[in-house]
Amino acid sequence: MATITVERKPLSLLERTYIPNIVAGLTTTFKRMVKPTETLQYPEQRPAIPTGYRGVPTLVNDPHGREKCVSCQLCEFVCPPKAIRITPGEIANDDPNAHVEKRPKAFEIDMLRCIYCGLCQEVCPEEAIFLQNQYSMTGYTRAEMVNNKDRLYELGGTLPDQHYKWDKKKTAAEAASRGGHH
Amino acid sequence: MDFSLYFDLPLWFRLVLQGTIVILVLFPLAAACSMAERKISAWIQGRPGPNRTIPPFLAWIPGINIIRNLGLFQLAADGGKFTFKEDPVPGNVNKFYFILAPILSMIPALSTISFVPFGAYFTTLADGTKHLVPIMLARTDLGLLAVFAVSSLGVYSLILAGWASNSKYPFLGGVRASAQLISYELSMTLSILPVFLWVNAPGGEGTLSLFDVVQTQSQPGFLGGMWYIFLMPVSAFVFLVALFAETNRQPFDMPESESDLVGGFHTEYGAFKWSLFFVAEYAHMIVGSGIFCLLFLGGWNPLPWVSLGSFINLAAGVLPCVASPLFMGVIGITFFLLKVGFFIFFFMWVRWTLPRFRYDQVMNLGWKKLLPISIANLIFYAVAIAVKDLCFPNL
Repeated sequence: MATITVERKPLSLLERTYIPNIVAGLTTTFKRMVKPTETLQYPEQRPAIPTGYRGVPTLVNDPHGREKCVSCQLCEFVCPPKAIRITPGEIANDDPNAHVEKRPKAFEIDMLRCIYCGLCQEVCPEEAIFLQNQYSMTGYTRAEMVNNKDRLYELGGTLPDQHYKWDKKKTAAEAASRGGHH
Repeated sequence: MDFSLYFDLPLWFRLVLQGTIVILVLFPLAAACSMAERKISAWIQGRPGPNRTIPPFLAWIPGINIIRNLGLFQLAADGGKFTFKEDPVPGNVNKFYFILAPILSMIPALSTISFVPFGAYFTTLADGTKHLVPIMLARTDLGLLAVFAVSSLGVYSLILAGWASNSKYPFLGGVRASAQLISYELSMTLSILPVFLWVNAPGGEGTLSLFDVVQTQSQPGFLGGMWYIFLMPVSAFVFLVALFAETNRQPFDMPESESDLVGGFHTEYGAFKWSLFFVAEYAHMIVGSGIFCLLFLGGWNPLPWVSLGSFINLAAGVLPCVASPLFMGVIGITFFLLKVGFFIFFFMWVRWTLPRFRYDQVMNLGWKKLLPISIANLIFYAVAIAVKDLCFPNL
């Protein structure tokens, strides 16, 4: 039998009066009382966000101010709650970013559907969508809770980039137009 | 200062004025205790407690954040809310008694204070001798007996509330309240009998006046200036425990026990009627701690072996104005309120430390522990006082 019989000692007279334990308890609570409080005064003080935090999904620009999203719609397809809607748009030939493949005409993330899983960030081949530190999404209407493209770029800002993919494409394209071997 | 204008008023008018002033202090003080309770529970749990409420038109005043952080505006907001919110009366209650109960709870809570002295001052008699006069509403020899008689009426409001609510949890709360309050009243009364055995010397004029109890703790000499908590610690302990039970405070809040009875006797109550129950509970606490301080902690005397009179005489050497009756009264009341304040704090400190006793534990403790202890204590002091009076009459 895997039973252990614990011998319970009868309480001593002092223990039966409860007094020593009451005094010990009062000491504990008094110590707690004089300690500083643990509470964060929220709207004024903000919590420290740990790295890798998955907040509101945002779209980011590269350091040269270009949209990184090329509206490949992978995130839209992978999104488990179907929170993302992308309308792809062409880039005109006279546009300064003409060498970029495409850009979204509209990009909407419904934050009432989003489950902050981060699959969109993981799936994005262009490193254009990131779940950043923004954790507080509020609104008075359903429409307010849908982040459109402008809002997504505003939340996302610019993130450092190692690749400069479109710079390389641009130089390659320019070299080709000058008659290189490309 | 000349107060002859005040003393020219008819007696009934002065009494009404005094009574109104005392109630006007006691009622908000009892309400403020609810904020103290919330603050102390918050500090014990590592929270700041209510600290956000402020009327926007006052926010510009520098330093007002201290009041805001103490939650005093929250208190005012709560008071306003309780006064104006809808006061529902459930369908199946006995309406008359349901409404009567909270009113009844206020009557003993506010009227016991009239027998409690809260300070004293010297008046000079016609022959030039100084005479200590208590500051209290009704100076009777009944004193403590009147307090006990009136305050024990408080249980009727709980029973009435529990019964009139016509619902099982309030009913259980009411039953528990009656059983608990009646059981602990016994040990409470027995525990303070040694004090009055000691105060009333054989052959002298008998008194139950709380003022006289304080007077016997303010005499010169080692025994004369001793507070009764040192002389009769067991009495003080039993009285304190019974006081917790009588005021329905944790760990004895059987009538309420919100974890098993929803809210106990006040489950069906809301809004203003509910708040009346709470003000009554805190008023009982204030009066109860006041009586503890008078009986065992020397009332308004600043320190053991230092009476208010000698303290004032000492202070008057530095600041002569202190000896005026007005100043002395204020100083006495301040010392008294400090002690009462400490006990209010102690009540709350214990509440947020200890879990609630089970109902059978409460009954066991009351009948099988406290009652025998208080009877043994009474016999011990009766014998000890007799031996002292017979063998050492000069001590």
